[in-house]
Amino acid sequence: MERPVFDWELARESWPALFEGLKLTVELTFIVIAISLVLGVFVALARLSKHRSLRIVTGAYVDFMRATPLLLQLIYLYFVLPAFGIRLEPFIAAVVGLSLNYSAYLSEVYRSGIQAIPRGQLDAAAALGMSPALSMRRIVLPQAIRIVIPTLGNYFVALFKDTSLASALTLRELLFSGQIIITRTYDYFTIYTMVLFMYFLVGYPSLVFVRYLEKRARSGYRRRRPTRTPVPVQPT
Amino acid sequence: MIQLEEIHKSFGDTHVLRGVSLSIERGEVVCIIGPSGSGKSTLLRCVNYLEQPEKGRILIDGQNVYRDVVGGKIKNYPMRQITATRQKVGMVFQQFNLFPHLSALQNVMEAPVQVKRMKRADAEHKARSLLADVGLADKADQYPEELSGGQQQRVAIARALAMEPDVMLFDEATSALDPELVGEVLEIMRQLAVEGMTMVVVTHEMGFARQVADRVIFMDHGMIVEEGPPQAIFETPREERTRDFLRLVQAA
Ligand SMILES: Nc1ncnc2c1ncn2[C@@H]1O[C@H](COP(=O)(O)OP(=O)(O)OP(=O)(O)O)[C@@H](O)[C@H]1O
Ligand SMILES: [Mg+2]
Repeated sequence: MERPVFDWELARESWPALFEGLKLTVELTFIVIAISLVLGVFVALARLSKHRSLRIVTGAYVDFMRATPLLLQLIYLYFVLPAFGIRLEPFIAAVVGLSLNYSAYLSEVYRSGIQAIPRGQLDAAAALGMSPALSMRRIVLPQAIRIVIPTLGNYFVALFKDTSLASALTLRELLFSGQIIITRTYDYFTIYTMVLFMYFLVGYPSLVFVRYLEKRARSGYRRRRPTRTPVPVQPT
Repeated sequence: MIQLEEIHKSFGDTHVLRGVSLSIERGEVVCIIGPSGSGKSTLLRCVNYLEQPEKGRILIDGQNVYRDVVGGKIKNYPMRQITATRQKVGMVFQQFNLFPHLSALQNVMEAPVQVKRMKRADAEHKARSLLADVGLADKADQYPEELSGGQQQRVAIARALAMEPDVMLFDEATSALDPELVGEVLEIMRQLAVEGMTMVVVTHEMGFARQVADRVIFMDHGMIVEEGPPQAIFETPREERTRDFLRLVQAA
């Protein structure tokens, strides 16, 4: 069998299309992050609500999302819903599917953060005359979110990679952009190597950033240092 | 001013308060002493309804403030009314329970701004003056974890006072402190008492109870065993259990 050879010529001419794919991947990631960061909080609050029916409904939603494959959830949205007259663009289907899935996971993260806040904090807030909603908003959530920031960061790196599942919906994100080129050139080695490298190009710095967040989260609450350290003047 | 009538509270199978009745006059300083697990904290937490007793009435100025009992069924008042009452009842906890994500100043300002809707500038002015009162004017921008235990507890006292409560509850406010830091907190409590604040103080500091209290209550097994002026409780206790307890703490 012939040793595969990296085709630099093909790489150069595929780059623009792949880069467009990467841009869409990043865009999709950020949109889903924004949605699920917010939606996750509301799901978490609903799961901790005093209304039983709300707890049951949201609990079922979270369990369903966690107990079934994300790929299948996406496929279902894109290929099955049209049978019921709901036709979604690939991008919309990907946003909806990934957001529903990640909101479920993030709600669990938030919930664990909320439950990690000592009861004394709630007692102190209540003793000052705060309503449960106010103490949640001003006392519990700010502390809970700080606790879970590193975990959220890890989920976002996972999400960045999971957007590749949207290739199954013919969405031209990074992976599918590569696959399109492959159907024309059959050069698996060159294209998939490039795709892999391009995921790494974004994924690795994200990972380093999450590690930094983890380190910072351990440092506790401190008085803010004089906010802006003077930028060293560049010699011209 | 505050009346508790026949309070019963259980946690699961443990009957923690077994019919406690207690009345506190405006301006009075009442110290509650008793062995660990006797229900002191639970009783105190009933006053601001952090614990909901199964039976009994909690009255402030002669009014039911948290609930009605209709035909044996407890009907809590709306949350708005409960929180309104709690604003008038300050509490200081053994573990301080400062909000770690807020600076000392923000801890003190938080409730006036968020609950009372006080203007920020007014709340800050008031908070700074309260911090000065507890000797922490220069620590306003510090976060709780940057403060010693004694300093944290003094911030917690300022935080409670910022709501201008009619009564202050102290639950072993000095028990979590290193011995050398106890004095600074007791001094502030003493000062408050002198200024005429109504205070209910659960404490193991017998010296404080003796000097500052108008009345001392000895609790054991969820009941008030004996109460009276400090002189009487400490010098001539009537009950065997009180004598045993005092012998134990004084030996320590
Ligand atoms: N939230 C709770 N759940 C279950 N049991 C509780 C709870 N709070 C208190 N108890 C129990 O109720 C009893 C009385 O507790 P409480 O804290 O009122 O006693 P205390 O007199 O304040 O004791 P200490 O001096 O140790 O603070 C104890 O046996 C305690 O274990
Ligand atoms: Mg206690």
